[in-house]
Amino acid sequence: MTDSTLPTAAATDLRRIVEARLKQRHAQEMRFRLYGRIAIIVALSFLAVLLGRIISQGYTTFVDNQISVSVYLDPAKIDRTDIGGANYDMMVANSLLSQLGETDDEFGEKSGKIMEIMSNDLGFQLLKQVRADPSVIGKKVTVTGPMKSDASLYYKGQIKRSTPEDSRKLDDQQLDWLDKLKAAGSIKSGFNFGFLTRSDSTEPEQAGVLGAIVGSMMMLFVTAFLAVPVGVLAATYLEEFAPKNRWTDIIEVNINNLAAVPSIVYGLLGLAVFINWLAVPRSSPLIGGLVLALMALPTVIIATRSALKAVPPSIREAALGVGASRTQTVFHHVLPLAMPGVMTGAILSLAHALGETAPLLMIGMVSFVPGVPEGFTGAATVLPVQVFIWENASERGFHERTAAAIIVLLVFMIVMNLTAILVRRRFERRW
Amino acid sequence: MLTWIALAALTLFSIAAYMAARRRAVASVGGKTIGLHSLPGYYGAYAALWAGVPAALLVLLIAMFGGRMEAGMLRLDAPAAVQALTAPQQDVFYDDARALARGGQPSETPYAGDLKAALDAKVARSTQLKQMIDFGALSLAAVLALAGVALAYPKIGPDFRARNRVEGWVALLFIVCSVTAVLTTVGIVASLVWESWRFFQAVPPFEFLFGLEWNPQIAMRSDQYASTGAFGAVPLFVGTFLIMIIAMIVAAPVGLYSAIYLSEYASPWTRSVVKPMLEILAGVPTVVYGFFAALTVGPLFRSFFNWIGGMLVGGPMDGIGLYLMQVQNQMALVAGAVMGIMLIPFVSSLSDDIINAVPQSLRDGSLAMGATRSETVKKVVLPAALPGIMAALLLAISRAVGETMIVTMAAGLQAKTTLNPLDTVTTVTVQIVTLLTGDQEFDSPKTLSAFGLGLTLFVVTLMLNIVALRIVQKYREQYD
Repeated sequence: MTDSTLPTAAATDLRRIVEARLKQRHAQEMRFRLYGRIAIIVALSFLAVLLGRIISQGYTTFVDNQISVSVYLDPAKIDRTDIGGANYDMMVANSLLSQLGETDDEFGEKSGKIMEIMSNDLGFQLLKQVRADPSVIGKKVTVTGPMKSDASLYYKGQIKRSTPEDSRKLDDQQLDWLDKLKAAGSIKSGFNFGFLTRSDSTEPEQAGVLGAIVGSMMMLFVTAFLAVPVGVLAATYLEEFAPKNRWTDIIEVNINNLAAVPSIVYGLLGLAVFINWLAVPRSSPLIGGLVLALMALPTVIIATRSALKAVPPSIREAALGVGASRTQTVFHHVLPLAMPGVMTGAILSLAHALGETAPLLMIGMVSFVPGVPEGFTGAATVLPVQVFIWENASERGFHERTAAAIIVLLVFMIVMNLTAILVRRRFERRW
Repeated sequence: MLTWIALAALTLFSIAAYMAARRRAVASVGGKTIGLHSLPGYYGAYAALWAGVPAALLVLLIAMFGGRMEAGMLRLDAPAAVQALTAPQQDVFYDDARALARGGQPSETPYAGDLKAALDAKVARSTQLKQMIDFGALSLAAVLALAGVALAYPKIGPDFRARNRVEGWVALLFIVCSVTAVLTTVGIVASLVWESWRFFQAVPPFEFLFGLEWNPQIAMRSDQYASTGAFGAVPLFVGTFLIMIIAMIVAAPVGLYSAIYLSEYASPWTRSVVKPMLEILAGVPTVVYGFFAALTVGPLFRSFFNWIGGMLVGGPMDGIGLYLMQVQNQMALVAGAVMGIMLIPFVSSLSDDIINAVPQSLRDGSLAMGATRSETVKKVVLPAALPGIMAALLLAISRAVGETMIVTMAAGLQAKTTLNPLDTVTTVTVQIVTLLTGDQEFDSPKTLSAFGLGLTLFVVTLMLNIVALRIVQKYREQYD
């Protein structure tokens, strides 16, 4: 039936109505589609803002300004019987002052101001050199070390001369000195290796993430060592061996619910059971790894089960058919074929554990640890907790370091996620 | 150290047992292994397991509980001078004795006269006990290892079903691993209930759940204000609820619409780009969101509201202007909004799975009737997916309630009962962290209240999860 056969007046009327409604419906369709686009753009722009903001706050940490000072180790100022008793910071400050063509006043006001722009790491280095070889006393030695974080922030343009003098940390004279030092070429800027080779410190310019990285690695090692074998075996049992009865049902429901328990509850468990009852040392990689292993266990189990489900039954039947026992079938055929999926799941849940913070706060990992952990039972700090600690610090120099520590943390997470993706791409088999 | 040496020795012994048993099995059939019931390796493994496992378990148990055993035995027949001390002083005394016995650093408590003599005696006794326990455990382990081999070795012969026995051990290992998951739950429930029970002896549960004032700091004082209402958790529940609602207002529409767009409209290319990006957003650790909230979003929102307030001051809405002028970084809106961002990928990926599970035939039917795509989504796909989407939102709520780092870093500590998003509120998780960070005394209701809060949190999230999983299961059955 074609349009022309309809009565004309009614047809045009209906057609008008339908066309009007169709237009409205299409407009609605476009609006709906637009909402979807907006939602995606909003979500992605959140990601862009989040990452962009952190990188813009943190990248400056990776460039640092090192100052080289040659210091005359005046024998009159160093007591050879008590090498540690001399004021090395003052010696460095005085050398810097003379380099700037200034002399200290009697109250030590200028040297005090100098000490606000150079790190006391220089003094430590002098002390170390003198301790190692007392014969340098009376000679000139050159030490190279970081600037105080405020001075560094000035070079990076984050403290500006245009700010009124009383509302910034450095006064005009200090800024003049900094400009002069820069012009004289005593300041070298380069990649900040110190940030990656030092551990936590109370001074922002000397604080680094090495201790936290090593702590994270050790903790993750404990987690992987416990969660992966236990999780894989538990999943294999539930998927391949367990009879379907009430007990296995309970275990299954249990695992699904455990996966959704808030992480902080695992911290409470660690505190009550591992620390108070089993007396595992607080704030050690061991206790952190134990708690995170329990937390990662359900996700490892769930990932392994889905990997095992993907192995076709024909493989099992073939193995059983040539006389393998069920254990042999699983260990010789099913598990090796499911391994890529298992490893992907394991790496992803370990990456998740690497970023976890809340349960670690409960088990005493917030302490200040100025070094690399001494062992699995020694005090340690880990990357996300280091971020939390630095975020709470009041000095401005730490804010920059916090963002930089986040960048390091994100790099580790990205590496782990990429590994997981590569494992999946390289070894995954479609049946 | 001793433990490691013992374990290494056991490993070597097991390897030796493996080799010997394997050789015996092969020899028993004169080298023709076809005559054996199992592969030769199974005979070796059988002997090695009996040689190694029981003894290793004993060594590990002693490593875990030996110190505790020694501490308990040390306290037997205490001298009169020690019995005269108060219980905490006795604890310090015994700790010192054990520290001295190990060459460690004792506390600074001075001991004199009888007490000094008692201390010296206990130090000697502690050393002696430790040696006794270590020696006893090691010899028992050696006996177990030898007995294991002695039992296993004679059985080895052509008809012995070694493989079945070894697989029995493997089955045991399987069951132990599966039970770990159950034990974790038991551990969580037991520790939360036990410590909460101790807390509820100081503060009645009714006061805790319905009290309107939260001020745990006061309970630190010796005059114990604890049971007069300072542990009313209602402000915390309200704060948690407020932040959760704000988070869901951000996450639910954005997450749902992006899931709908991705599954119904997006080209495969868009999907392949957007999905991994959302996964990155989901993989960002929460401490990073906390940092973002505290140092970027907080100051931004505050200056925005202060700016609006500054424009309103002096006008007809002077009061509101003055209020807006003094909002703080730690307002509920900041923590809620950032938590919402965190939940977007969670909501979107869950809903995406659920929408994809709706059979294509439903869509085809609707489109064939002339419905537009959006009409199909709204009138066919969404109603079919609704239970699943409700479950996804419930799971998101459960995550929002249990989320810790964002609120710890970006929300306040003041417990206020308010639904004003510009006010600072505190949440259950923030209080748990604040109460338990640093050193704690485990006999004060202040510390124990964290476990009461933890139990509440656990019960609430558990119920949300159970309801959500039920809905999902029920809904799946319709199409399978």
